[in-house]
This record gives sequence, structure tokens and C-alpha cells, in this order.
Amino acid sequence: MVQALTTGLGDDALILGHRLSEWCGHAPTLEVDLALANIGLDLLGQAQFFLGLAAEAEGHGRDADALAYRRTEDEFRNCLLVEQPNGDFARTIARQFLFSSWQELLFRALAQGNDACIAAIAGKALKEVTYHASFAADWVIRLGDGTAESHRRLVDGLDWCWRFTDELFVGDHAALRSEWDARVHDVLAEAGLQVPKPVRGIIGGRDGKHSEHLGHILSEMQYLPRVYPDAVW
Amino acid sequence: MTAGLPLWEVFIRAKNGLSHRHVGSVHAADPRMAVQAARDVYTRRMEGVSLWVVPSVAITASDPGEADALFAPAEDKVYRHPTFYVVPDNIKHI
Repeated sequence: MVQALTTGLGDDALILGHRLSEWCGHAPTLEVDLALANIGLDLLGQAQFFLGLAAEAEGHGRDADALAYRRTEDEFRNCLLVEQPNGDFARTIARQFLFSSWQELLFRALAQGNDACIAAIAGKALKEVTYHASFAADWVIRLGDGTAESHRRLVDGLDWCWRFTDELFVGDHAALRSEWDARVHDVLAEAGLQVPKPVRGIIGGRDGKHSEHLGHILSEMQYLPRVYPDAVW
Repeated sequence: MTAGLPLWEVFIRAKNGLSHRHVGSVHAADPRMAVQAARDVYTRRMEGVSLWVVPSVAITASDPGEADALFAPAEDKVYRHPTFYVVPDNIKHI
């Protein structure tokens, strides 16, 4: 139970952190470049804590690095949303807004939970995630209520991401749905956007059934530790 | 993209009790975005506990052409520095 939860949360953070690192040096402005890199680094820190806990729960003597760098695609338990390609800046913002809003609600609940280790990590991460969610919401409003082009790109980005949102509320996370819906609706309304039409949700990430994108991420992310095992620097 | 966005000057208070100091500038469309950008660009390594952002256009600068008239006269007025006092040995932190 602890292992499934922490592996999922750790993998979410690791994979999205990697996605955001892909923006480094390519973002529209220096300010946004640093903002996305900061968010990515926050997520990497969360991944380290959650995967450390997952490795401990597993009890096979592995550590967070071993889980991050020595597992194959079908052993990853991240949701499909975080592995989606960055697309343009608007799609990246749409993905971040949907994900961080969910993470904020989840971490707030976990911080009050029974497991002291998970509560401590969630409590620490909540401060970071609160900023991520508000940063992304501000950009959703700015792009949605901006020019015709920024509006169109954000609508496209939301449409791309929307089918992966059902997966966030599978199992124990179902209780977060109503509050998440309300929050997303509020921000989209302020941005002058329609909530995307319901689509058949695509799920599978939590069971290790991933899109073709994850393999490409891992081939880049795991290259160095695979070629030079136990390298130090 | 930043080309069309106004410039803001960023000031950081390193810790309570100190004054805000100028650290640089960011481009942003509005004050909220400017604070976020300043936070992300200038406070990544715990540089501060408070931020100010000020539209750069709100700053009136002295004219470099008047530098002599403005600043040179202070050069030979050493008596304005409190360097002629003898500080007793047991007075610290001055």
C-alpha cells in the first residue's frame, strides 16, 4: 500500500521533473526558463524522498537512484499525464495546471494522514506545490485571456491533456475529484475558457501500461547510469 | 516574447531588519507576474525574505552629464566621514 502510493508519487514527480528539464534553455523568456527549471528541481527533490520511501518499503536493499535509473518502462507507476510531451508552452502550462492542482489537494490530505513519513514529505512539498499550482493558474488565465493565438494554443493544450485527467482520481484518490473539478472550473472560467468536453479517459500508468513517450524519456534519463554504472562525480 | 513586456526593478530584503536592496530586473506584464519572476530569478538560493518590484519607468535617474556637479564636490570633504573619533577598545560591532 505504502509502496504503491510512494512509487506512484515518486514516479509522477521524477517524470514531470524530467519533462520540465527539457525546457531548460528553450523557454520563451529567461524568467520562464528559470521558473520551469525551479519547478522541475522541486519535483526532483520530491521524487528523491518518495522513491527513497518506496525503496525502503520494498525491502530489497535498493535506493531511490536504483528505482529511478534501473527500472524499465513497465515498472514505472507514474500517471500518463506527466509523461506527455511538452508540446508548446501553452500545453506545458495546461499539463502543469491540471497536475499541480491535483498534487496540491492530495498533499494537503496526505500531510494530515496517518503515515508519519509520508505526512512529513507531503507537508514539505505542499509549500512548493502551492506555488506551482498558483504559477500555472496565473499563466492559464494570462494565456486564455490573452491574444487569439495564446487562447487557441491553450485550448489545444487542455484538449491534449484532458483525457489523462481521469487517471488522477483512480482508487483512493477519487475523493479529490469534486474539489479539483471546482478549482479547475473556476480558473478556466476566469481565463475565458470552456471546460473541455468529457472524453473517454485513458488510464494505465499506475499499472505500468504507458504511452510510447515514456520509453524515450527513460532512454535519455537513464543513459548515463546504464552506460557507466555507479559512476560518481 | 519579453520584447513587448515592461521592465521591473527588483529589490530584496535579505533578512528582517535590513533594508531592501536592488538586485536586478525582470520583464513582466503585471505586478503579480513581476513578483513571481523575481522570486524565480533572484531568490533561488535563499537570498531573501521579502521582495519589491518597481516599474523601471517609475525611476528617475541622475544625469551622467551632471555627475561632476553632483558628486565631485564631496570628494575633498573628508571631514564628513566620522573617522576622527577614537573608538574605545571595548566597543564592538562598529
